[in-house]
Amino acid sequence: MLGAIGLASADELFRSIPEDVLLARKLEVTRPLAENEVITSMETFAAKNEAAVKTSFLGGGVYSHFSPTVVDHLIQRSEFFTSYTPYQPEVTQGTLQYIFEFQTLVCQLTGMEVANASMYDGSTAMAEAFLMAHRVTRRDKVLVAETVHPEYLEVAETYTQHGEMQLETIGFDHETGCVATEGLAKIDKDTAALVIQSPNFFGCVERLNDLADMAHEAGALLIVVVTEAVSFGMLKSPGECGADIVVAEGQSFGVPMSFGGPHVGMFACRQKYVRQMPGRLAGVAYDKDGNRGFVLTLATREQHIRRDKATSNICTNQGLIALAATIYMETMGRRGLQEVAYHNAQKAAYAAKRIAELDGFSIAFSAPFFNEFVVTAPSPAKDILRRLSSEKDILGGIALSGYYKGRENDFLVCVTETNTREQIDKLVAALG
Amino acid sequence: MSITKVTQHPTQNEALIFERSQTGRVGYRLPQLDVEETPADDLMPAEFRRTDDLEGVPEVSEVDVIRHFTRMSTWNFSIDLGMYPLGSCTMKYNSRLNEKVARIAGFLNHHPLAPEDESQGGLELMYRLQEDLAEITGLPGVTLQPAAGAHGEMTGVMIIRAVLDKREGEASKQRRVMLVPDSAHGTNPASAKLAGFTVKTIRSTPDGFTDMDHLYELCGEGGIAGLMLTNPSTVGIFEKNIREICDAIHDAGGLVYMDGANMNALVGVARPGDMGVDVIHLNLHKTFSTPHGGGGPGCGPCCCTVELEPFLPTPKVVRENGGYRLEYDRPDSIGRVKAFFGNFGMMVRALAYIQTHGDTGLREATEAAVLNARYIAHYLEKDFEKPFEADTMHEVILSHKKQARKGVHTLDIGKRLIDYGFHPMTVYFPLIVDGAMLIEPTESVGRQELDAFVDAMKSIAKETVEDPDLVINAPHTTRIGRLDEATAARKPVLRWSPDMESTAKSA
Repeated sequence: MLGAIGLASADELFRSIPEDVLLARKLEVTRPLAENEVITSMETFAAKNEAAVKTSFLGGGVYSHFSPTVVDHLIQRSEFFTSYTPYQPEVTQGTLQYIFEFQTLVCQLTGMEVANASMYDGSTAMAEAFLMAHRVTRRDKVLVAETVHPEYLEVAETYTQHGEMQLETIGFDHETGCVATEGLAKIDKDTAALVIQSPNFFGCVERLNDLADMAHEAGALLIVVVTEAVSFGMLKSPGECGADIVVAEGQSFGVPMSFGGPHVGMFACRQKYVRQMPGRLAGVAYDKDGNRGFVLTLATREQHIRRDKATSNICTNQGLIALAATIYMETMGRRGLQEVAYHNAQKAAYAAKRIAELDGFSIAFSAPFFNEFVVTAPSPAKDILRRLSSEKDILGGIALSGYYKGRENDFLVCVTETNTREQIDKLVAALG
Repeated sequence: MSITKVTQHPTQNEALIFERSQTGRVGYRLPQLDVEETPADDLMPAEFRRTDDLEGVPEVSEVDVIRHFTRMSTWNFSIDLGMYPLGSCTMKYNSRLNEKVARIAGFLNHHPLAPEDESQGGLELMYRLQEDLAEITGLPGVTLQPAAGAHGEMTGVMIIRAVLDKREGEASKQRRVMLVPDSAHGTNPASAKLAGFTVKTIRSTPDGFTDMDHLYELCGEGGIAGLMLTNPSTVGIFEKNIREICDAIHDAGGLVYMDGANMNALVGVARPGDMGVDVIHLNLHKTFSTPHGGGGPGCGPCCCTVELEPFLPTPKVVRENGGYRLEYDRPDSIGRVKAFFGNFGMMVRALAYIQTHGDTGLREATEAAVLNARYIAHYLEKDFEKPFEADTMHEVILSHKKQARKGVHTLDIGKRLIDYGFHPMTVYFPLIVDGAMLIEPTESVGRQELDAFVDAMKSIAKETVEDPDLVINAPHTTRIGRLDEATAARKPVLRWSPDMESTAKSA
């Protein structure tokens, strides 16, 4: 082939690169490995993830749920996973139609009017929602509940540090675990949005109706954050409660924990704000024979058209993970999404009841919870959790001391449909 | 040529899942609840519970789901079907081995907030990938946290911002200009804006390089924070003046960010760190073969110089006493850009790609990618205008100039390629070439496929002369024809509802 195009050697392919920047040696990486050597290497890494095989009650934004077999099977179809962003609709209708279904399902669950084709994850979706609220209201201040996932808050701080926006946090009520009413007095005419996670980082369900009213009275938007998407199967939708923008992490919908990613961000809002949304949107279109199809639409918001005036810099999103979530939502369907939510709540209620019966242990907050709750222990939670893991092979929860001051004895327990009663009883016995 | 479409074929007319739903159908089964049930109102007070019974959410069986998605999948073109010469996107083969190893239970079932000493495998894997990417780019500071290319860009320019703010304090306010070439991806200026920069555009020369005179002129205007440069550029040409460009920016007090979208032309051959670049992002979903997945997930690591390392996002994986830990105490860091540590599953795949290729294979892949593009350029430059003389790297740019005289444009040529069994090339990008066609074959095609592609393009060029309408009305072989995008945007229908059809058609 080199000869066919008049070259004598492969090195000549690179003659347009100045000699002083050419690499004159081999890269110092491994020699080429055979297929089975790669597998062995990877299995060796995986085996050192000791936590992966333990009984787990970890939540905090990433959840262990059962995923129907069809989900991972279908996303491995070549036509889906080796396809690009659907810029050429005639040969990407498969992708475009599932994006349209994803958008619809996200709207149905969140109770909102429009949803996009996905964001990187819940945390970046929340940061984008802040920027959008700023564009919509032309106000600078965002009030965020401290009970939003702490890592989400850090991401939002990074995203907003160079603009005109200021983030202010609102504390929580130490009795209920919900956002503190006194903090809400900070909502004023400069407030772009009030940001509430529900269920919040403590697992507590917030009174979104009241919060929406308070935000709207001041002309601010209510942004609702959901990290546990399974809760949509039981809780009143944020849209019905008055939210203006809803962002959620969709990992619970059939997506493995995978050490933190890839997961999928959901982003939904009111129809009137659609032109301020970040990210891609698929919409209905027809060909000249009247056949229905789908196209990416409203692209004039996006970076490839608007460049520095775009609503976001996002291009590649989480397409295949959005597909996994779509297949999960459709396979579980109307009944399954409600049933799995019910199982989560029932098992968590059982676990909380049993733990609260233990001497010296109590449930930290009084607000209703979905599948996560905070336990106050009689001694530092870190020590208890370390002992549980090393002696009983149980990951008993997440110590709150790393996130909130004065909560040394508190830890966050998550119980899902994958935890059997036997596992819960073992946890209780190990704590006692 | 006229091909009549079959309109009742089930695989051609798979409805939306909502239109397939049948009350009472289920496709799942949960185990029996094994705990005593708490009464509903004690479990969750009624005021917090949904009352809509999820009306509208589909009710389907498992086989309904399988058929639904399998049928829809057949409407997609994919790398596994054939050459996908989408310029700038590096649609190379996605190894099944990488899919297999990313699904090892010890990776999939691992919670990111598990204790560090029980997460050593995941952390070690990330550390190894950081080391390899540092070696490949010649830039030793690495973060794997960004989730995609644009996210990596944002991270890179925020690092530049943080460096300048720390170095110059208040005076940094006078340094807010980010230079971006007119040939750049739209994500570049959009990312620069997120870091609080004002974008100034640098012109390209008629032969496709950065206009050095314009660069010096802009540097002379002052306030330079940095430059965002794609190299090879988006016209597939290596910036021969790269050292001089970096020097000019450094002399003006700025830093150089390189968009690594085109690293498939350089791996094992040349390193951005040796060119004077300060920070780069890589697209693991391009150069390192993690699947595009119909639009993601990606993974956009940033690599930087030793001087910029303290500014990388928090946390960072570090090695200590033979083990690995997450470093959170990074006072100069730009902060966190994503919850947890990034798209870990993509990191597993990328490391498997590096292991499979190894030291020699990585360079061979680069050679094959460049050779393939050069081969296409060689055989097509008579039939299509090739706007730039310089050597083509891993992708070749052509234009519709010759065909436009017959009323056939880039979009038509792209659509007609579909009829020949190829995905269209990237069309109308970069913006500096009128009617641009950006063709990137990657290393994953052999000579026979390249010849077939060249033949298809030559045939289209011939059709343009003999029967232009055939090209203008393409594609002729797909399930649907060209869609009316203007109407779709005027009155967007973005979700299903029972009366969707009437709403959309009245638009």
